[in-house]
Amino acid sequence: MDIEAHTGTVDRADETVADEMIRFEKVVKRYGDNVVLNKLDFHAAAGERITLIGPSGSGKTTILRMLMTLETVDEGRIFVDGESLTHMQRGDTEVLADDKHVRKVRKKIGMVFQQFNLFPNMRALRNVAEAPMHVLGLSRDDAETNARRLLDLVGLADKTDAYPSQLSGGQQQRVAIARACAMQPKILLLDEVTSALDPELVAEVLDVLRNIAATTDITMLCVTHEMKFARDISDRVLMFNDGQIIEQAPPDKLFSAPEHERTKAFLRAVLEER
Amino acid sequence: MTWDWEFARDILPDLLRGLIVTIQATLVGSVAALVLGLVLALLRRSSLLPVRLATKAFIEFVRSTPLLVQLYFLFFVLPTLGVTLSGFQAGVIGLGVHYATYTSEVYRAGIEGVPRGQWEAATALNLPTSRVWRSVILPQAIPRVLPALGNYVIAMFKETPLLSAITVFEMLAEAKAISSQTFRSLEAFTLVGVLFLLVSLPAAFAVRRLERRYGH
Repeated sequence: MDIEAHTGTVDRADETVADEMIRFEKVVKRYGDNVVLNKLDFHAAAGERITLIGPSGSGKTTILRMLMTLETVDEGRIFVDGESLTHMQRGDTEVLADDKHVRKVRKKIGMVFQQFNLFPNMRALRNVAEAPMHVLGLSRDDAETNARRLLDLVGLADKTDAYPSQLSGGQQQRVAIARACAMQPKILLLDEVTSALDPELVAEVLDVLRNIAATTDITMLCVTHEMKFARDISDRVLMFNDGQIIEQAPPDKLFSAPEHERTKAFLRAVLEER
Repeated sequence: MTWDWEFARDILPDLLRGLIVTIQATLVGSVAALVLGLVLALLRRSSLLPVRLATKAFIEFVRSTPLLVQLYFLFFVLPTLGVTLSGFQAGVIGLGVHYATYTSEVYRAGIEGVPRGQWEAATALNLPTSRVWRSVILPQAIPRVLPALGNYVIAMFKETPLLSAITVFEMLAEAKAISSQTFRSLEAFTLVGVLFLLVSLPAAFAVRRLERRYGH
């Protein structure tokens, strides 16, 4: 399995895959002596929905955070939509990407966080409209019209003037989803977006995400413990353990007939919990 | 020496004139301290190590030397270097710079109190750094530290008598002039104390209201 994935990626590095959206090449991440990701190779096609599962500390969230440039890459490279996120050309040589280059590539990526991370000093509408105004250069009117449309889409048309502290967790997370979508990213990263929610608020958030999955062709990378949701939206599920992908398959296959012992044990434990 | 009400009434206008200078010096000095303190706090977070170190050294230096010495330097030494300041100018610069080193620490605490997730969300939205500060970080950091900043403004108000040492005719200087001209010190200095109290107490009350409002 490991060897197959390995050679497969080497081939891919040479040929250009037209519809490839994300590619990790031998990416290493360490915290001190602790190796979180060990020469990880991984790719996602444009429009693909991928769910990352595995025990905590297995490196799933780190992948999302590296893509969002919230964590540095110790070794290897990351490509997004054909462009390197980690490196850039300067003359004939390849150097580490500078801030300007990172910003350009990062524009294609949006992220929704476990803790929502809405801006508490802004009303819902401005939370959604702020970045389109100052990053995409939309006029205030256009940004706010678009923000209203998105808030309507996530079922919060009547909450545009509410501050985050006046909203429930589920509502806050839906604003956060609208905020991420307002930047029209090609890739949406979902980092345990329902883990901080009270159980009865999980469904409203997952419904919004199912809707986005059904109506857009956005590439989604999702870390979650919601196995039913993963099964519903994913094209492919990756099982992580110790910084490596130990098994990957379409959800029906991986959930019903996992091959790896570690995957079986993990799924048993997770499903037991529910 | 017994209290002379008539004498007290006679000298009150002079003292009130001094109080106005005291308040003017506090206001101008506060604006300087609040603005410069924020600049220092931001410079301490610069991505350039030399800027960070120079800022830290400057802050340490200013905080470790007495305000009175700094005022003397600004007023008596700078003219020999070709920079002549009026007593009031030297005074508000001295107060402003001195207190900026304290307010910068306050701002720093406020900025560090903004959760990491806020920075991460700003990164995920690709917001330009200047916009992150203006729209996200400072609007959250500053309200929380308003009470602490207010306390420094009050502290500065109470230190303005130092300006009398560099010829600024604030309230204490007026009182000293009165007592040396009339050989009566009781009324003048008592009234100075009372007038300071009359301003400080409401100001302290206002700061406590800020504390309640922004909670701690």
